[in-house]
Amino acid sequence: MTTLDILFGAVGLITAASAILAVTTNQLVHAALWLVVTLGTLAGCYLVLGAELVALVQLLVYVGAVIVLVLFALMLTRAPVGRSPESTSSPVQRVAGAVIGAGTTILFAAVLLPALGGAIQTRTADTKGIATQLFGSWVWPFELLSVLLLVALIAALAVSRMPKKLPEPTVSSTMAEGESA
Amino acid sequence: MIHLWLPLLLVCVLAGTGTYGVIARRNAVLVLIGVELILNSANLLFVTMGSVLDDKLHSGNVLPLFLITIAAAEMGVALAVILALFRDRGHIDLSEPGS
Repeated sequence: MTTLDILFGAVGLITAASAILAVTTNQLVHAALWLVVTLGTLAGCYLVLGAELVALVQLLVYVGAVIVLVLFALMLTRAPVGRSPESTSSPVQRVAGAVIGAGTTILFAAVLLPALGGAIQTRTADTKGIATQLFGSWVWPFELLSVLLLVALIAALAVSRMPKKLPEPTVSSTMAEGESA
Repeated sequence: MIHLWLPLLLVCVLAGTGTYGVIARRNAVLVLIGVELILNSANLLFVTMGSVLDDKLHSGNVLPLFLITIAAAEMGVALAVILALFRDRGHIDLSEPGS
């Protein structure tokens, strides 16, 4: 066990625990706040692994922007503040979810750990090299990504401004005609 | 140096937790939180592999940046869809049929 091992173990333990709390808590706002802890400590994991740039972008975009979107979605849909057990499914579906979730974990662990678990990370990130590659080899995907962001923005605007379904158009139009006549 | 089974184990736990969240939750926003967890487990796998493999393109560091941006775009669209759903139905309970 090295120092970085212990450090990653500590941070990863917080990440895993808060992720489990985020999907099991009965209070909607608490779920979003536990997600903040998960994503923040995950940035710490990236930092321990030597990817400083990814860690900082994770903090800026995920903890800064995505969480705000989640909280906005909760507020705009009038999420109750207290406990709301109705946000979780029936016990049968919860057990099924737990079985499938545990199955996913075991499946991934059975594939990843024997194949790659023995390796030891020693490389340190070089941010200058990342920047050179990002604006060199990866520049077209990068530009495409900005187009994707624009499309997503316009699509979100279009969806949220979608006209409401008119309840009874025939009745109101005939009434309007009767009034004008 | 880090023994790689630690981050890989965290990847597995995050993916399983996210799957549970997607299946066991009824509120649309909480389902979205599960999706975020799955996306983040993919990100962690990218970063972990990028810290081991000698890759000239630095894909282990560049692809997580792309994935984070895509996740942000996805969240924006998902928020709009959830709001449209809420205006139409008055609730965002995914287990109930629409009107």
